[in-house]
Amino acid sequence: MTTDINPLVIFFASILTSNMILSNFLGMCSYISISGEYKTASSLGKSVTLVMVFTTVLNYWVYKLVIVPLGLEYLQYILFIMIIAASVQIIEMAMDRLLPDLHVKLGIFLPLITVNCAILGTTLFMVIRDYNFVQSILFGLGSGLGWWLAISALAAIREKMAKTKLPRGLEGPGIAFIITGIMALAFIGFSGIFTIT
Amino acid sequence: MAEKIKEVISRNVWKENQVLRQILGICSSLAVTNLMTNSLVMGLGLTFVTAFSSLTISLLRNAIPHRIRMIVQTLIIAAYVILVDIFLKANMTDISNALGPYVGLIITNCIIMGRAEAYAQKNPPLISMLDGFFAGIGYTVVLLIISLFREYLGFGTIFGFDANFLGFETWTIMVMPPAAFFLIGALIWITSNIFAPGKGKKS
Repeated sequence: MTTDINPLVIFFASILTSNMILSNFLGMCSYISISGEYKTASSLGKSVTLVMVFTTVLNYWVYKLVIVPLGLEYLQYILFIMIIAASVQIIEMAMDRLLPDLHVKLGIFLPLITVNCAILGTTLFMVIRDYNFVQSILFGLGSGLGWWLAISALAAIREKMAKTKLPRGLEGPGIAFIITGIMALAFIGFSGIFTIT
Repeated sequence: MAEKIKEVISRNVWKENQVLRQILGICSSLAVTNLMTNSLVMGLGLTFVTAFSSLTISLLRNAIPHRIRMIVQTLIIAAYVILVDIFLKANMTDISNALGPYVGLIITNCIIMGRAEAYAQKNPPLISMLDGFFAGIGYTVVLLIISLFREYLGFGTIFGFDANFLGFETWTIMVMPPAAFFLIGALIWITSNIFAPGKGKKS
């Protein structure tokens, strides 16, 4: 039973062993295209983490209180994606009012995050694995932090090698995938520590 | 018209292949490619969704207010994804379980939104549907190429049939995530050398 798993194990496992990017391949589009610069990539990572925790919690309650009691499982994708779109909008407006400095930094990424598959993916994994509330929060937080870790690492490496001469045609996305592959290999090293499926 | 169809086919399947040239829809193309059967089903599912959502969006292109078009498009796409999901659950339970959340994630696959934004919004229905269809076919072809390597080297099988005639030791690494990254990196390298010799695409 997944409900027996210690939430802290889920938290660390979702950062290291089942990292959203490096082992589940989620959120790749923005991961590849916005990893040229460390600062930008890190800001995007922060916004993804924020949105991920928020939407996981919201979707958990919607799933438990609306979808399951009413037998609307077949509509779950529409409901989840609408909640994600709406909460991104709300976070953006709230940030604009309350934390204008942060909004200037992260604002441009927020609309992008709606179509980031890592967000919807986290919700769907949560539903499929039948996590309870505490597990869901920590899973959302861990997945977000793992995503942030991976994009920051890639951006830092790409910044370092910006001036390196590469084989023709490998510049840009090509080399980004190869680096990610090597990072994924390195992360396999963690696989003995925790296991969740 | 025939010229236009030809152009749509060659552009979507080859010249501007969504995965290799535009770097879109990567998530699912990596996650499901350790088995060829899964890749084929995923590719066909995506082709269906892209074709019909392009058709629907193109039919409604004058009716959707510009400012809320994204959410309308997402809802149309989600509706078709639900159809695919229910179909798979009913008829191919094993594959549906193996694909897990990745069927639902077709909704956020950038290819569909990309075709809707770049093509279906401005073009008549039939040609938009063809455009979506062949974008999906291009995606399916890339998926099959990647999964051919991963399944053959990783399990020694092709579509689940034993094809290990040479009797080599299977490479476990091929079915693990890193191999997918290496393969797609190599494919992007090859295609960008074919199409843009001399200048790499900066991102």
